[in-house]
Amino acid sequence: MSATIADVTRRIAAGEVTAEGLVDDAFARIGTIDPHLGAFLALDERGARQTARAIDKARSANEPLGPLAGVPIALKDNLVTKDLATTAGSRILEGWLPPYDAHVVEKLRAAGAIIIGKTNLDEFGMGSSTERSAFKPTKNPWDLSLVPGGSSGGSAAAVAANLCVASLGTDTGGSIRQPASFCGVVGLKPTYGRVSRWGVIAYASSLDQVGPITKTVADAAHLLQVIAGHDPRDATSLPTAVPNFAAALEAGVDGLRIGLPREYFGEGIDPGVRAALDETIEALRANGATIVDISLPHTHLALPAYYLVAPAEASSNLARYDGVRFGKRVEGVDLLDMYKRSRGAGFGPEVKRRIMLGTYALRAGYYDAYYKRAQQVRALIKRDFDEAFTRCDVIFTPVAPTPAFAFGAKANPVDMYLADVFTLSCNLAGLPGLSVPCGFTKAGLPVGAQLLGKPLDEATLLRTGAAIERWADITETPPGVATLEPKPDQGTQPS
Amino acid sequence: MAQLSRTEVEEIALLARLHLEPDETTRLETELAAILESFGALAAANVEGIAPMTHAVPVDLALRGDQVEPSLSVDDALRGAPKRAGDVFLVPAIVTGKSE
Amino acid sequence: MSLDDFEPVIGLEIHVQLATHAKAFSPSGIEFGAPPNSLTDPTVLGLPGALPVFNAAALQCALALGVATGSQIRARSRFSRKHYFYPDQPKGYQISQFDEPLCEHGHLDVLLGNTVKRVELQRIHLEEDAGKNMHVGSVSHVDLNRAGIPLVEVVTAPVITSADEAAEFMRSLHRLVRWLGISEADMERGHLRCDANVSVRRKGEDRLGTRTELKNINSFKFVQAAIEHEITRQVRIVDGGGRIERETRLWDANAGQSAPLRSKEEANDYRYFPDPDLPPLVVEGRVMAEVLRMLPELPVPRFQRYTQELGLAADDAKTLVGERALADYFDAALAAHPVKTSARTLANWILTELLGALNAAGVEIAASPMTPETVSALVVLVETGAISGKIGKEIFEESYRTGEAPKTIVERRGVTQISDEATLVPLIEQVIIANPKQVEGYRGGKESLFSFFVGQVMKATQGRANPVVTAELLKARLKG
Repeated sequence: MSATIADVTRRIAAGEVTAEGLVDDAFARIGTIDPHLGAFLALDERGARQTARAIDKARSANEPLGPLAGVPIALKDNLVTKDLATTAGSRILEGWLPPYDAHVVEKLRAAGAIIIGKTNLDEFGMGSSTERSAFKPTKNPWDLSLVPGGSSGGSAAAVAANLCVASLGTDTGGSIRQPASFCGVVGLKPTYGRVSRWGVIAYASSLDQVGPITKTVADAAHLLQVIAGHDPRDATSLPTAVPNFAAALEAGVDGLRIGLPREYFGEGIDPGVRAALDETIEALRANGATIVDISLPHTHLALPAYYLVAPAEASSNLARYDGVRFGKRVEGVDLLDMYKRSRGAGFGPEVKRRIMLGTYALRAGYYDAYYKRAQQVRALIKRDFDEAFTRCDVIFTPVAPTPAFAFGAKANPVDMYLADVFTLSCNLAGLPGLSVPCGFTKAGLPVGAQLLGKPLDEATLLRTGAAIERWADITETPPGVATLEPKPDQGTQPS
Repeated sequence: MAQLSRTEVEEIALLARLHLEPDETTRLETELAAILESFGALAAANVEGIAPMTHAVPVDLALRGDQVEPSLSVDDALRGAPKRAGDVFLVPAIVTGKSE
Repeated sequence: MSLDDFEPVIGLEIHVQLATHAKAFSPSGIEFGAPPNSLTDPTVLGLPGALPVFNAAALQCALALGVATGSQIRARSRFSRKHYFYPDQPKGYQISQFDEPLCEHGHLDVLLGNTVKRVELQRIHLEEDAGKNMHVGSVSHVDLNRAGIPLVEVVTAPVITSADEAAEFMRSLHRLVRWLGISEADMERGHLRCDANVSVRRKGEDRLGTRTELKNINSFKFVQAAIEHEITRQVRIVDGGGRIERETRLWDANAGQSAPLRSKEEANDYRYFPDPDLPPLVVEGRVMAEVLRMLPELPVPRFQRYTQELGLAADDAKTLVGERALADYFDAALAAHPVKTSARTLANWILTELLGALNAAGVEIAASPMTPETVSALVVLVETGAISGKIGKEIFEESYRTGEAPKTIVERRGVTQISDEATLVPLIEQVIIANPKQVEGYRGGKESLFSFFVGQVMKATQGRANPVVTAELLKARLKG
């Protein structure tokens, strides 16, 4: 499973491995490791085998294979899968079997991908550590005492621990990029509207976007190629042509103008993170990039703007969980009581907190001071980026101020919100953002660099990311998972 | 920015149809106040004349044609229902009246 | 006290179901009386992950109404979410329009008697319908077939001053939306649903009184009765020194009275905000051009054309514009007619003979077996004197029944009118010879006997004698 998408598709096409063999390996490995890692909420062994057999049959019949034929892929559990339990990490959806597939799931199936299961997340995507899952925590494959980041922590951990070849996550304020950074893998949040949200369980509709979490930048490009494109079922899906993302991957950074926003390199950044980033900046310069000092002056307003816009939209999006048509119901003395009890019992504390915050921000009399003002600030933030991109092609920043942190380290909500400080602006402005591993802290934890691009310019991010990846060369098995690997002499008992 | 009273927290919880235990209400009162407090910079921002950005990318609404596609089957429509009576969803009586 | 000391102020909010095939924001179909929950899709059910995409046909319908009411059309309007929890509202919010509606500042001209009253419209906005909640003992049943059906909400300014006027407004809107073809406007099926805001004030006062909202008045009759009742109720309270509670009242048609709908333990707070799933609704020039191209001549201008240009009686004109198909029928007959001054005659034939026959058979004007061209041809035969009016009615009856052309029937039956003297004079001679007593009586001053002679000539010609020529000849002959 340490293979990449490129490896797997090549070997399947060549007949070196069968899809069913890969599925066997994947489930064997998951069976050994995941009980201790907690990346998956549901597995679809039967469906996966069925798909694998169909692909093997097609290959032996020399039929054309899709671009992801035989590739075992995991999906964040807020992506709706037909007849496969989808919970969004919430008790309120426990046991729900959707009657339809998300657009990205349709695309994956059509490309021949093998969907092996659904990965853990902070409930409804609301969190930065996957600790807010209603079901269980997920551990960081590099150090099992640390969080994998969030909210797509299950997807990032599954890829990092080689439980699947690639995965999809969703990113509302950093939920792909930050766990990718914490787990030492690649995470791409596409331009808003690049990938359809049909079948993506909404957290904050104007910010949510699906994207790949992969082992390599090339895999991210490959997966994005499959899932991107216009979908008439999503009115915010862009009717724009999708370029060939693989084309420019090897182009290097010579001649690129790379902007360093001074607001992102101030105090509060972990020295280990800072050192890894500085080295990468030097490497970029050494390889011909022009480093440009830029300013995004409204950066300090991104956090409050985000934590008003996102909860406001969430309070609305989560109104449909009412115990009537699907999901959890707790009976009460009358309808109102049933609503309150079902929602009171179904939602976890962080979700309730954001529903309360969002409801407050949308109330008559508060709307202008909170929600509307936040959206105005959002326009200012977008304007900052427009201005900056006249002076540079790509913006380079940290993904997070720190590497992966310990469980329980951010019990205070405001502290947890601060973990997203560098990733939020990208969502508010609708830009593409890439997290690519660029080095390690002294303690051996992976550090991610964040690249932000102009709208629809994922190609330049991937090209820059591919260059960084070549220098950083992160190929080792994460040590936390290594302790769980089956040993020839002693079985698979973890510590 | 405004401080939150306990009554306000209770009003919001009712609007949001969230049952809160008393200790939850107490905790939220403190937490929400702290969160709003930390957003002080927003109130100070100069947003005069700035149009609110309601969408991440500037697109016009794409419309769908007036074509009918097959409905979900009645069983698929009701498959997730916690309670059903034949082909309808079943809910408790409405005693307190429509909540609008 | 007297009702006359008070002045009611009424504003109406009318929801009109638009005649699209698919729902407002998703592709499931619309059908009255379909089995429960058989017209759904993930969007209608509000399933996690489902998204709305707006139906272009619903926009067309709303634009037609906007243009027909002289409204200002917003080039960029917006969908907002209106939040409230109720089992018939699957998402916990209704997609509606709030601060940026599609149409504003329009008006609807209402025919009151033979005068026209202009009622200002504050706005016309798009929204989606809710499902149906059926109370069954201690539980409710929820059917979501109706959820997501496109509606427009038409909101009048508070300028209506009587229950009669309110009912007439409702009728006018009903006629207009049918006229435009944007709604089936079937009252029985709830295609038009009216809420009324009613207040009263003493005459001469400027300030509006506290208003109540009447809900569930879904027929012309109920609009009239409920508002009438509410005005009386309010006047009684105010006159007795009481205060009107601001509340929503539900009209109970069986009891003929209203009752408060809900307690106000919780203040309304719909928490509107722009729907992030739906970018701004932009009305493009070509869409507007298409709407304008398709727009028919409207009822009130047509009424004015009929009365002022064509000289029709106001009552006839009003009947004709009561339904677009009827007015179109009349216009088609007029267009086929060679003599343009015959509008009154044509209208008479259509309103009397044709509508009489259609009503007797229970047939809509649109399904009339007789074409406008045929009606015109028949009227031509009468007008040119080829047949008498009386024979015309017989020919009409046969042509209506068989579809045969009036001229062919006339020729086959040999019932052309006899106007030439050479034929009529000998017949008159015979009548006079055969009835000496009556001749004597007439000549003796009993002038009422004249019609007897006309009748005899008609009898001799099976009614084909031209009555005018016959009368002239008879008069001359009887004198001598």
